[in-house]
This record gives sequence, C-alpha cells and structure tokens, in this order.
Amino acid sequence: MSPLPDLIFEISREGKTAHGLGASRVQSKPAIDPGLLRTAIAGFPQVSEVEIVRHYMALARLNYSLDQGLYPLGSCTMKYNPKINEKLAASEEFQAHPYTPHELVQGNLELMARLEEWLVALTGMAGFTCAPAAGAHGEFTGMLIVRKYLKEKGDPRRVVLIPDSAHGTNPSSAHFAGYEIREIPSNAEGIIDVEGLRPFLKNDVAALMMTNPNTLGIFEKNITAIADALHANGSLLYMDGANLNALLGIVRPGDLGVDVMHINLHKTFATPHGGGGPGSGPVGVAAHLLPYLPVPRVVKDGGKYGVVFAAPHSIGRIKNFYGQFLVMVRALAYLCSLGRENVRQVAEDAVLNANYLRKKLQDVLDLPYPTATLHEVVFSDKNLPVKTLDIAKRLLDYGFHPFTIYFPLIVHGAMMIEPTETESKETLDEFIAVMKKILLEAREQPDLLLQAPRQTPVRRLDETLAARQPVLKWHKGENR
Amino acid sequence: MRYLPLTDTAREEIKKAIGIDDSKELFKSIPADKSYFDLAAIPSALSEPELIAEFKAMGRKNLFPGYLSFLGSGAYAHFIPEVVAYLSAKGEFLTPYTPYQPEVSQGNLQAIFEYQTMMTMLTGLDVANASLYDGATAVAEAVLLAVRKSGRQRILLADSLHPEYSAVVRTYTQNLPIELVTVNVNEADGRINLNDLQAKLNDQTAALVFQSPNFLGVVEDSAVLAQAVHPQHAYAVQAVAEAMSLAYLRPAADFAVDVVAGEAQSFGLSLGFGGPYLGFMTAREEFLRQMPGRIVGQTKDLDGKRGYVLTLSTREQHIKREKATSNICSNEAWCALRAGMYLATMGKDGLALAAGDSHLHAAYFVSKAAKSRQVRIVYQKNFYNEVLLEIKKGTAEAFLTALKKNKILAGVPLNWFYPTVSNRVLLAFSEVHSREDIDRLLQAMGEYS
Repeated sequence: MSPLPDLIFEISREGKTAHGLGASRVQSKPAIDPGLLRTAIAGFPQVSEVEIVRHYMALARLNYSLDQGLYPLGSCTMKYNPKINEKLAASEEFQAHPYTPHELVQGNLELMARLEEWLVALTGMAGFTCAPAAGAHGEFTGMLIVRKYLKEKGDPRRVVLIPDSAHGTNPSSAHFAGYEIREIPSNAEGIIDVEGLRPFLKNDVAALMMTNPNTLGIFEKNITAIADALHANGSLLYMDGANLNALLGIVRPGDLGVDVMHINLHKTFATPHGGGGPGSGPVGVAAHLLPYLPVPRVVKDGGKYGVVFAAPHSIGRIKNFYGQFLVMVRALAYLCSLGRENVRQVAEDAVLNANYLRKKLQDVLDLPYPTATLHEVVFSDKNLPVKTLDIAKRLLDYGFHPFTIYFPLIVHGAMMIEPTETESKETLDEFIAVMKKILLEAREQPDLLLQAPRQTPVRRLDETLAARQPVLKWHKGENR
Repeated sequence: MRYLPLTDTAREEIKKAIGIDDSKELFKSIPADKSYFDLAAIPSALSEPELIAEFKAMGRKNLFPGYLSFLGSGAYAHFIPEVVAYLSAKGEFLTPYTPYQPEVSQGNLQAIFEYQTMMTMLTGLDVANASLYDGATAVAEAVLLAVRKSGRQRILLADSLHPEYSAVVRTYTQNLPIELVTVNVNEADGRINLNDLQAKLNDQTAALVFQSPNFLGVVEDSAVLAQAVHPQHAYAVQAVAEAMSLAYLRPAADFAVDVVAGEAQSFGLSLGFGGPYLGFMTAREEFLRQMPGRIVGQTKDLDGKRGYVLTLSTREQHIKREKATSNICSNEAWCALRAGMYLATMGKDGLALAAGDSHLHAAYFVSKAAKSRQVRIVYQKNFYNEVLLEIKKGTAEAFLTALKKNKILAGVPLNWFYPTVSNRVLLAFSEVHSREDIDRLLQAMGEYS
C-alpha cells in the first residue's frame, strides 16, 4: 500500500466537478475557424471540491516545512516566514494589473521605491533594481551590467574569475553573459587572498564573482584589498549576496569596494521559499553602474511616482512587467517590522546560533577550515564510518530536516549548516543532541543510518532509475 | 522582537559557550573601520498594528479598485476558486525549500508531477518542466533551447510576439552569437506574413518563435508555420501569453509545433502587479535532455513503492556549472503547484467553461462593436479573448482617458510598444466580465467623441 495519495487523475470520475462557475448570460457564437478549436482534454481531472481539499491536505502532510521545524540548509537562510506578510501580500488593494495607468497604482510604485531605499541603506550601494526574479537571475543581470559597462569603456573582456567554493549558478550566470570562467583556488584558510588572485589577474579579466561571507561561512576579509587589485586592473568586483544575512546592519558591501551585487529576498528578507520559488533577486550597483540597470525603473517626480521604460545605457529588460512584486511586498513588511532597532540583532543572532552549533559539534565532526565563521559552518565526513548522506537521512528519522550536503565542493562530504536567527537555543540543543546520538549510532549500529530513513512516508528513492527511464507524467494505467 | 527567539539569557549562554564576551567579537574578520556602520538612515521598527496601518495607507493610494478593467496583454483576470487560495496558502506548501530531500517532500513533488502532466495534456506535447520565472524568460529559454538543440544561431522572431518577451529575448542573447531576425505580420489578418517568413528562413535557422494567440489577439495557423519551417529543419516554437487559450484551442502538438513556452499566470495566480507569475515550457521528447529548469520524475523507493524525485539534474547548474542548460535555480515552484491546484479544481468542465466564456465574451463585444461609429475592430475573426480596436477619431490616449472618466480601463494602448501606432488599443475579456460589464463598456465607447 503506497503511503502517497493516488494521483489526481486516478481519483477522477466522469461527472464530478469542483468549480463553482455559473453559465454565462452572454449570447454569442465562436469567431474562430473550427479547425483551430480543441475537443475535451482526455484524462483531465474531474474531482469534487471536498476531494480536492483532501487530496492536497494529504499531499501537505507528506512535506517537511519550515513551519514544522528547523531547516538548517547552509547558504539557503531558511528563516521563519512571518504570517502577517502573507496577509499583506494577499491584500486586494495590491493586486493591480501591471499595465494599470500609473496614477492609479501610486501605492504599488511607492512600495517598490521604498524597498529599493531600504536595500540601498542596508548595503551602501548607490541604487537597486528589484526586477530580477531570483538569485541566479540577479547574478545574470549583474554580469550583463558588468559586460555592458566594460564594453562601453572599450573592451568587455573575456574572463570572469570565480572561487572554487562558489555556488553553481555563478559560473552558469557568467557563462550566459558571454564570459569564460576561470576558477580560482581558496587558500588554506578557505578564503581568497590577493597573492593567490594575482596570477589570474590578467588584462582579460572582467570581474571576480565573490560570495561573501563565502559558502564556508567565512568572511572574505581581504575583500577591500581584492577590490583595489581588481580596480587597478580595470576589473570589477561582483558580490553574491546570498549570505547577506550575516552582515545585516553590520557592514555595507558598498563600503568594501563592491561594484555590483545581488541579494535574495527569499533568504535574507524572510519571504517564503515556496518549495523552490518564487524568489526575488534584487541587484545593487555602485554609482558608476547606475545607468546600466535594467528597465523599467520606478522614479519619483515631484510628489508622484512614475516609471522609466527606456534608458540609453540600460542592459534592457530582463523580465516581464516589474518583477516579483508580491515578494517585494513581503520583504518590505519584514524590514518595516525589524526596523533600525532589530536589523543588527538579526545578523548577531544568526552568527551566534551558527557558532554555537560549531562549538558543540566540532568535537564530534571534522572541521576542515578552523577559520572563524559567521552565519554557517561546514563540517566534513572525514574519519566517520558512514557517509554524509547517511547522517542526513538518519536526521529525517529524528524529525529534523538535514543541512545542505556535498556542497561546497571543496569539502569532502560537506555538511553545511545554517540555523539562522529564528531558531531558539532549545531547538539548537535538541539538534545537537540528535546529531551526537546519530554519530554514536554510526559507530555502534551503522545499519540504522545505512537503512535510514525509516520514519518517512517513503524510503530512499531510486534516483538512477528516475533518470534512466524517465516517467515525467501520468499515463493512463501505466504509473502503478 | 517576535521573530527572534533568543532571549538575552540564551545569548549570554551562547557567548559563554563559544568563549566571547561581546557579540562584536564575532565580526572581527570584518574591517573595523567599516563595521558597525551608523544605522540612523534606517527607519524605526513598526509594531504589527502599525505595520498593518502603514500598508493599508499605501494600499489606499492605489485607486484602481472600482475600475472596470479590460487590461490583458500578458496578464489576465480570471476567477480563482477559494479552495485554490486556501490550499496554496498552507505553510506545508509555502515554507519548504526545493525538494532536495525527496523522502520528506513527496507532497510538493507529486503536486508538481501532476502539474507537469496537465501542462502536457493542454499542449499535447510530451514533456513539461517544473517552471521558469515568467512568460518572457520562458521564451528566452526556449530560444536558447532551440539554439542548443539545432546547433544553429539564427532565430526568427515574429513581430507579433509580446514586445516585452522580444525585449527579454534581446537582453538574454545580447552577448551570445545569436542572430535575431524579425518576421513581419500581415496588416490584413494579423498573422505572420508567410512570404517574409520564407524570405528570412534559411538552412542556418534554428527556430521560428511565434506567439499564438499573438500580441494583436490573433490565433495563428500554427500548422502552416510548422510546415513552413520544418523542411529547413528549423523548429516551430510557440509562445503563449494567455494560457487559458490552451483549453479552447487545438493543442499545438496537432500542428507539429515542437516547443510551447510561455506564461501560465491565468491558471490561478492573482494579477499581483505583474508577479510572481509562472513561466512554463513543454516540448517534444527529443528536447528533454536539453530542457532548462527542474523536472520531477516518478521512481520507486527501496521497498518498491511509487515516489517522486527531481530528476535529470545533470542538465543543471549545481552539477554542470557553466555547462548547464540554464542558470536557473530558484524557480516558480509554488506558482506551479498553485496552477496545478487551479487546473484540478476547475477540472475538465470548469476549465472548458472559463476558456470558452473568455472567447465568447470577446466575440459578443466584437459583434456589438462591429457597427460602432467610434471604433473599428481591426481583426474580426480568429481572435481568442483579446480584441484590437482602432479609434476612428483622436488618439488611443484620448480614448482611454475618456473611458477612464467612466471608471473603465478600456485596454492597453499599442503606442506603449509600437510608438508609431497612435490609435490602437488592445482589450482583453474573460469569464469574470458579466454581460452588464461589456454593455457598460459598449455604452461608454458609444459616448466617446
């Protein structure tokens, strides 16, 4: 008996209905060539309303979510998503059509402008666009800005440098902006230094993409010297702000020589991740790059807000309409709630929590880089009788979502743990106790780990089978 | 602060455990002259009641509620059943991360698998991905897909593709060796000019990218377009801005279209001032290993039970880095889940009803407005739910301003996108409009002079 509910198609029965639409009183005839019209959609669901509710409630119960418990995915910043923000984002008065005349949507335009002001204040960048749809989209936008700026200065250059600890989106985003990628090694401390950078810093280098704090949780302390070296070479510094949470109210990237950066509203600014999106990846730039920001741009003219749809140096449009507006509503609500009094506390608590986990677990797990860390810590599975994957799966049995596994790539069997500031010390103590218990089990009863998880709706899934014989949709009678 | 559960006591205990006296010691690696910057420029915190009041005040500056709207052009008002809003707001759906641990993510994975299935049913194509950012970026990704798959660099873009989609395609490809060529549209019927298409098509063409229903509201004859490009081994890529049309028009696969990509906001997502929306992509099987984005597949667990996982991830950036098919990571998973809920709730009959009424309401308007002295219906047949009007006297702006005084938003002026077209307006209709709404529009139009 499968623990999963039947597929919606399998519970479908001819004649059932869940929609409440009535018949239209408009009398008219189709005005399309009959050959262009479709017949009924074979196999499409026919389910009653109560069955819809139960189907999705059954699916909901199969998910682990942040509302249920700790979600310590490193570099993902799974912090609590405030409920009032959901209510505000669902408010009818924000649900305007994106082509509504501007004088009728002054509130929405003000909201976007205010969010940009907040981001400027927190990062020290000269200006922001909230158009990018996600972090990787922000990276791509940022690299297009870099390229256009350098091209207009005479040479777009060929190469983007990316540290070996970077997230996979960095090289991919730079690639689609037309760049070749050169990977630069981290030093023994887990960071980039000017001496290590120097051999790579040729005159074909457009930019360095640096995640700071990096994916080991370490602040790139040489950042200002690196920025100076890049600038002396005519190159730019891109900062991936995925981990900005650690710096909130502590330091502004704009003060460190950063030319362009992106942030993630769905990480640092508490908007829900939705099981993989929607996110939002605003991009901030230093003053010399302002003309290159994508359109549209919200502007204030006198007492009114307006929109600029074309600008001579802009990279152009990167998304339909204005971006992920309802994500922006949530992020602004979060920032207004935090205010000056709490932004710094967010970073301090996030770093305190991560360092507490580090301290308590470093006796039982290998810490490959002893350098001080901020919001996350990365352990390796060196000297363990089991693999990282087995520990992660055993955590599921104990009701915890695991940390990020096997990333960054420079750590063997990486376990990348980011608790965020929205976890209590009591929760962290529970997690620490469970981790210690699992590591004890690893030595005494490794089968408990190798066979894990046992307490989840399904056991380990065959990913090789899924990729070798792809079944990507329901076929009548074939999915059992 | 209610979002910060550490008490001062807990903070002290943690500091003691990690061996520091002051939190500032945590940030020693940050240049001292730059850290702990002055926060004076940052506004003071709002209490929850103050926050609600503040956002209400901003909302009140939006004056659009109370206007009867016929705006479309890529974002459409459709009725959203309450169960869709209720279920999709559950924390179990809203607050997980990407399902990297499938054993505790079967709910989202199965829901996306069902969504993928329904998208393939709607387009008739073999495979669907789990989402892209929006219609514009989905079309840009389809361009890159066609280039990768064909090994060719020339892309023909119909002039009737949503101008923002074209703009995004241009932005995406600005640094890549891809040649974009615009194909003209017939003034007479609003469809692609086949002579111009033939003239621009060659053996280096990767794909024709056309929208149907197109930006002028006209349904293309996709079979003719596919037949035109296939002899040159170019792909027929259809963009869709109004996904509701998929439930009314014959599926693209019947016309030998290779890829259908676009915007599925119409499937249960609120207008939200333009986002978050839902980019979708469906294609013939042969494109599968070149597709961008997440894909959910069915598999078995250790006990042989049915389960679902993210699959074919060797296409993706976390494995392939700069050689990935796309840089996309976070996508629109929750929007896809909600679209699946919408489609399942509307079901076979409800979706057909909403899709049919969207067309029939436009057809009713056209039949009544055909005799108008104030406007000319530019395309009287083969529109789906959008109608292009030509204002006989004065500009589109003057017309829209006049109707705005009657609290009607009578469409999008084409001069926003085509500056030389000063007197045309595009209106959208759907099942949300009553007969009275459309009659009110007709009446106000009749009074325009």
